Amino acid sequence: MARYLLTRAWHSALTLVLASVVVFLGIRALPGDPALALAGEDRSPEALAAIRAEYGLDRPLTVQFGHYVERALQGDFGSSIRTGIPVSDMLRTALPVTIELSFLAILIATALGVGAGVVAAVRRGRPAEWVANFLALVGLSVPHFWLGLLAILYLSVATGLFPASGFVPFFEDPVGNLHHIILPALILGTGLAAIIMRQTRSAMLDSLSADYVRTAKAKGLSPRAVIGRHALRNSLIVVVTIVGLQLGGLISGAVVTEQIFGLPGFGKMTIDAVFQRDYPVIQAVVLLTATAYIVINFLVDLVYSLIDPRIRVAGDAA
Amino acid sequence: MTILTVPEAETSPSLTRRTRVFRRLRRNPLAVISFVILAIAVLVALLAPWIAPHSVEDTDFGNIFSPPGTPGHFLGTDDLGRDVLSRIMFGARASLEVGLLAVLTALVIGVPLGLAAGYFRAFDAVIGRFTDLLLAFPFLILAVGLAAIRGASLGNAAVAIGIAQIPGVIRVIRSDTLRLKSLDFVAAAVVDGASDLWVLSRHILPNATSVILVQATVALPAAILGEAVLSFLGLGIQPPDPSLGTMLATAQQFAARAPWAATLPGLVIMILALTFNVFGDALRDALDPKGDR
Repeated sequence: MARYLLTRAWHSALTLVLASVVVFLGIRALPGDPALALAGEDRSPEALAAIRAEYGLDRPLTVQFGHYVERALQGDFGSSIRTGIPVSDMLRTALPVTIELSFLAILIATALGVGAGVVAAVRRGRPAEWVANFLALVGLSVPHFWLGLLAILYLSVATGLFPASGFVPFFEDPVGNLHHIILPALILGTGLAAIIMRQTRSAMLDSLSADYVRTAKAKGLSPRAVIGRHALRNSLIVVVTIVGLQLGGLISGAVVTEQIFGLPGFGKMTIDAVFQRDYPVIQAVVLLTATAYIVINFLVDLVYSLIDPRIRVAGDAA
Repeated sequence: MTILTVPEAETSPSLTRRTRVFRRLRRNPLAVISFVILAIAVLVALLAPWIAPHSVEDTDFGNIFSPPGTPGHFLGTDDLGRDVLSRIMFGARASLEVGLLAVLTALVIGVPLGLAAGYFRAFDAVIGRFTDLLLAFPFLILAVGLAAIRGASLGNAAVAIGIAQIPGVIRVIRSDTLRLKSLDFVAAAVVDGASDLWVLSRHILPNATSVILVQATVALPAAILGEAVLSFLGLGIQPPDPSLGTMLATAQQFAARAPWAATLPGLVIMILALTFNVFGDALRDALDPKGDR
């Protein structure tokens, strides 16, 4: 157990260091003088000199890297070259939007995915399974930004039931906040729901044919108790893993969804930064995404090994 | 010499296996339907320059936002009076092009790394960390980074999607290599003095083709969706070149006036991805030695 976690912690730390090196070198891979790229509009020699001093661009790469890591650890990612606002302040307003959106999407996806997956497994070979399987395939194949467009076109604009864009912070107006974010969260959740459904179905089919379920049935438990208490509980482990593995897809999806619904989150900040060539913002966004992915997956592994002892045994043996 | 006949013992049942796989596919109506749709889509994409009713850049300002069914414009026209059907044909062509480029990138880099990770214990840890590193950058973030450094283009979109698909390829090939390596015919080849390169290229790689094929059918629809997203955001194919994603981005601004222009390209993306996914599922089932499941 301890050895498994230590290995995982070491791997995560290593990946984190490598990822930060990649991001650090990325900005230096820009054609031309990075100081010019970082300076934005103001390209006077004084401004360029100030940037060179601030980023230590005249020093050796290793020194620059140490400086860069030190600042990142203090939450200092520089300032936007367009607005002059510190990137950390931009993140402070943008991140809660994205975290709320993703969290709701995961909730919706889990409810839909596990529900449909259980139905498909229990009603194997019946029409219900066909419908659930087909919906999952559609969920995997539909471009979500298009689904969002259609939702705005046919739900928001046509019926006025949901706002087509915009955002209200949760603590200012909880109801208005949910009203604005529920449709985007539903759209973002559909793809994840499809993946969770397929994995839940397959895990449920495995558990339903396992010996312990046969034993539970034989000792006279009702089908509901067998499915709920034994088979489903085991299959839920699957969901935890999927959310970890699909985190990258979820972040990509959130970026697009925010763009369509005009939510002022991390994704919108990212896309705006690309078109404005706002390099400090892009650098911070890429580094933070990678860090979040690595840390959350480490936590998922941690939870996973606590739930399922087989994992840490296998991990120790490897 | 006797040893050389051993690999054939694995090859010949796989030949009969191949006919069995084809027979299973032919008997699965979903596989047949999806294959036919895909064949049509590929033909249309290949022949687009010859069969498209209009040029993709022909504007007709007297004829903007014509609804579907307008004579001469079967699927209507867009904000510049360009023919939606022709643009969809070329857009599908671009989707398939980026999809193939991305999957090829992923396979060319991922297959050798997967083989190496599964076959040589020494490489396994290094390649494992490399995979971890790639996973930490979601495809959209990779695309953002690439667009920032090299500018947005079809090629960079394909590279970003392809790189993001490498970890999946490595994982699948690695585990199949581990499985094949433990089989007797590989041990026999090693005992016979075959070099590692020979074993990998003549014994393991040919037997891993079905796994590679299935992985490619999973990766292709994902890549097609990825291209659409990137082009929609302006990080992929650049206007005026037609792409289903950029068509949707433009149509978004006029969605209330021309809902068909915001609906049809998305429908085509979904049909492409759906048929690839259905065919991929059927192929996996047909290749699964355990039979139906």
